Amino acid sequence: MPDITVGQAGIYALLGYAIVFAGLIALMLVTMLFGKLFTRKKEEKAPAAPVETAAPAPAVAPGTAGQLKLYNVDPKTAAMLMAIVADKMGKPINELRFLSIKEVTE
Amino acid sequence: MEILYENLLAFQWQDIVMILLGCLLIYMAIKKEMEPSLLLPMGLGTILVNIPGSTALTGPIEELYNAGIANELFPLLLFIGIGAMIDFGPLLSNPKLMLFGAAAQFGIFFTLSMASIFFPDAMDAASIAIIGAADGPTSIAVANALGSNYVGAITVAAYSYMALVPVIQPPVIKALTTKKERMIRMPYEQKSVSKTTRIMFPIIITVVASAIVPDATALIGFLMFGNLIRECGVLDSLSGTAQNVLANLITIFLGISVARNMVAVKFLRIDTLLIMGLGLVAFIVDTAGGVLFAKLINIFSKKKINPMIGAAGISAFPMSGRIVHKMGLAEDPQNHLLMHSIGVNVSGQIASVIAGGIILSMFGG
Repeated sequence: MPDITVGQAGIYALLGYAIVFAGLIALMLVTMLFGKLFTRKKEEKAPAAPVETAAPAPAVAPGTAGQLKLYNVDPKTAAMLMAIVADKMGKPINELRFLSIKEVTE
Repeated sequence: MEILYENLLAFQWQDIVMILLGCLLIYMAIKKEMEPSLLLPMGLGTILVNIPGSTALTGPIEELYNAGIANELFPLLLFIGIGAMIDFGPLLSNPKLMLFGAAAQFGIFFTLSMASIFFPDAMDAASIAIIGAADGPTSIAVANALGSNYVGAITVAAYSYMALVPVIQPPVIKALTTKKERMIRMPYEQKSVSKTTRIMFPIIITVVASAIVPDATALIGFLMFGNLIRECGVLDSLSGTAQNVLANLITIFLGISVARNMVAVKFLRIDTLLIMGLGLVAFIVDTAGGVLFAKLINIFSKKKINPMIGAAGISAFPMSGRIVHKMGLAEDPQNHLLMHSIGVNVSGQIASVIAGGIILSMFGG
């Protein structure tokens, strides 16, 4: 078997280490590329997916319209107004969130 | 009557020393829990092959050796199990971690230079250097493929130091880092990795790594085959078998058949002590290489990296990753480095296999 000197071994070592780095950099780039490719494909498919991903639902208990602040409006009038808005929008009231109702007097 | 004591008289002091060494390996496996699955069968195997006139050496152990180690089959089969155990998710979330895996292979190449001082034979020097892969199956496969005379000592060194990673790494890491550096926080951004990416990853790695280093094809291919079984989602039963039954079975056979090289005439040499010493150097320099590389990156990077994660680039999986995580918590109880260190750790597994292939292509002729 061939003998090697320390100098030769050093050259092999440098070369070997450089190839390991080059190999891992190549793998890193390929992995990043494919990662992005698959992520993009997934994103392209996403619009066809059910609406649930697009709707950032407010943290409201089912069946409630959330916390509502009333300014110079009594609760009965507020309830009536919310029912009218829901009816006009054609949506159940528990899917709408009212933040505040304020009486405008001019 | 003579037949009763005839064989007892055949014992040489070297045989007794090797039998005691076998007992020491069994002790370390049971009492110290140092890689017990390998050191225990290896310990008993050492006892078996050093009894004068042992039929074990010429019979089943020789047969097992020829069936599984001489042709490198056992290390490759073990890689299927290892591949099935590895979750590459943290690495896929941040592929840049692969660089740290490459950096921490420095010990292999540094040790190559050092080993050539004591072992001018290129094959032996290269085989000893591969201890720095911190990867038992790769060490065995490469040393055997290069026809090294020291497969037994190299295996003992590789597995012993893998078991001693919790003792070897922390002082090296502390010596090379400041407290401030060890406290650098690295928030983990959870990125979802699609199933397709997880399935494609082992296939892509196999193709690309094999194209770059053809001598690593078998090693990387079997590792990634195990991972593909894990990630495909339709072979849970096979994945479980690979992780448990296959890995355990092969480890038993590997341990006892490696003992074929633990006969006194091959093992009781000054060379063995030198190999143990060089193996330790390899592990220390691996650790240092990873840490220093992370520090180098920090010079140029705005987003600082905790340099300790570089040490996890040696492929002693998952021990090295956990050690770094624990060291991070010891400095700052809120600093969770586990996902980063495990990502680096699994990249070290890939890097060590590639390094093994490079050593084979350089010296295997």
